[in-house]
Amino acid sequence: MKPNTSFSNGSVAVEAKEMQVYYGSFRAVKDIALKIPTKHITALIGPSGCGKSTVLRSFNRMNDLVASARVEGQILYHGSNIYDTHVDPVEIRRRIGMVFQKPNPFSKTIYENVAWGARINGFKGNMDQLVEESLRQAALWDEVKDKLSQSGYSLSGGQQQRLCIARTIAVKPEIILMDEPTSALDPVATLRIEELIQELKKQYTIIIVTHNMQQAARASDYTAFFNMDGDRAGYLVEFDNTNELFTNPKNELTEQYITGRFG
Amino acid sequence: MLRETYTKELRHLQDEILRMGSEVEENLLKAVEALTKRDLALSEKLVQADKWFNQRRIDIGTEAFSIIATQQPMASDMRLIAASLEIAGELERIHDYVKGIGNISLMIGETAVPDPLTSHMPEMAEKTRFMLHRALDAFTERNAQLAFETIKGDDAVDKLYNKTYRAVMTYMAANADAFELAQRLEWAAHNLERAADRVTNICEWVIYLATGEYKQGKELLKSFENK
Repeated sequence: MKPNTSFSNGSVAVEAKEMQVYYGSFRAVKDIALKIPTKHITALIGPSGCGKSTVLRSFNRMNDLVASARVEGQILYHGSNIYDTHVDPVEIRRRIGMVFQKPNPFSKTIYENVAWGARINGFKGNMDQLVEESLRQAALWDEVKDKLSQSGYSLSGGQQQRLCIARTIAVKPEIILMDEPTSALDPVATLRIEELIQELKKQYTIIIVTHNMQQAARASDYTAFFNMDGDRAGYLVEFDNTNELFTNPKNELTEQYITGRFG
Repeated sequence: MLRETYTKELRHLQDEILRMGSEVEENLLKAVEALTKRDLALSEKLVQADKWFNQRRIDIGTEAFSIIATQQPMASDMRLIAASLEIAGELERIHDYVKGIGNISLMIGETAVPDPLTSHMPEMAEKTRFMLHRALDAFTERNAQLAFETIKGDDAVDKLYNKTYRAVMTYMAANADAFELAQRLEWAAHNLERAADRVTNICEWVIYLATGEYKQGKELLKSFENK
C-alpha cells in the first residue's frame, strides 16, 4: 500500500520529496515523501536502523557534518530546496533548530547558554529580555532566575534539556527538531518536556524522533512510522494523525510494530 | 514470539467473552422453554443464574483494565479490549432479559399459558440465539461482513414480535379476565425482541473491532453498500 503522506487542512512547514540519504555507497533511507504540518507535533517512530534519525537530521542539513553522507531528492522549505548550492546551512540550522538526545549545554553560565546563539547571530536587542523570554518559554525560568550566572552543568538532566530547548528558542527558529529528547531523562522530567512541547507547538513546528511509542501516542499530533526494508534502507510505511495511527493503522506492519509484535 | 504473555492475556479475554456468550445463548432457549412448558424450577434456576452473568461482566472488565494498565495495548489490541468491554455489557443485559422472562414465568405461576400468545416465542428465541452465535463467530474471526449480515436477522425477530403483539391484543379483546396474563406474556416477547437488538449492538462493536470504524443504522448500511 502506498503510504499516506498527506494531512487535511493547514500548511506544510517542510516537505521531503523523493528523498534518499546515502552514507558512502550504502543507502540509509529511500524514497521519502513526507509533509510536516506547521505548528503541530510530528513524531517519527520505527525500529532501530529504520532511518528516522537520518530523516530528522536531513531536515536541517545536519547530515552535512558526516563526510560520507549524501542527500538526493528535495527538502522543500518555504518553496526552495534546502540542499540547493546557494543555501547557507548555518542559516537553515538557525531557522530549523535541533535538540539532541543527551542534554548538551555549553560549559558556560545558564545565561550565556541561552544568549550565545543569539549573540553570534548578531542579535542587537535587549539580551536580558531575550534570555528571560526564552527560559520562560522553555518552562525553566522560575527554577533558574536566581542563579543565571551558575554553570549550565549545575542543573539536573531534565533542567539541562530544557536549557537546551531555551537555547534553541532564543535564535527564533520556525521548526524544532528533537532527536529522542527524553531518552536520558527520568519519567517526571520526561513528562515535563512533553508538556512543554505542547506549549511550544503554539509557536513552532516540532518534529520529534522517539523510541518510546507511548510518548509518540501521548505527545504528538501526527505520526510517521518508518521501517527498514530488505536492502536495509529505511522507508516511510505510514503517516497519519496520531489518534488514527494508534487506534486504526492502515498498514499491517504499522499494526505489528505498535502492538509490539516486532521491532 | 514477542509479547507472548500479553498475547495470552488478550486471548484469555476473548475466550471469556465467548464462554459468557455461549452460556447466554443456552439460557435464551431455556428461558422460553421454561415459560412455554411451565417449568417453574428451570425458571427459578435462570433467575438465580443471573448473578453469575453480572459477576462475569465485572471480571471481564477488571481483566481488561489490568491489561490496559500493564501492557499499553494499541491499535487492534486496544479495539479488542474496547469491544470486549462493550460486548460483556451487552451479554450481561441480554441475560437480564433471560432473568426477566424467568420472573414473568414465576409470576404466572401454575396458570397455563394460551398457545397463540407464546407460539412465536421459541422461534424468536432460536433466531436471537442464532444471531448471537454468528455475532460471536464474527468476533472471533474479526469478520465485519458476517457481523453486518447478522444484524439483518433482527428484522425477522421484530416481525415475530409484532405478530405476538397482535395476538396479545386480539386475545385481550376476547378475554378481558386474562388481561394481566396476556400483558405479561407480551412483555416476555418484548424481552426477546430487545435481546435481538442487543445482539445488533454486539455486531456493531465487532465491526468496529474489525475495521476501526464505529457506525450505526443508516450510516452502517451505507458503508457496506459502498463496498
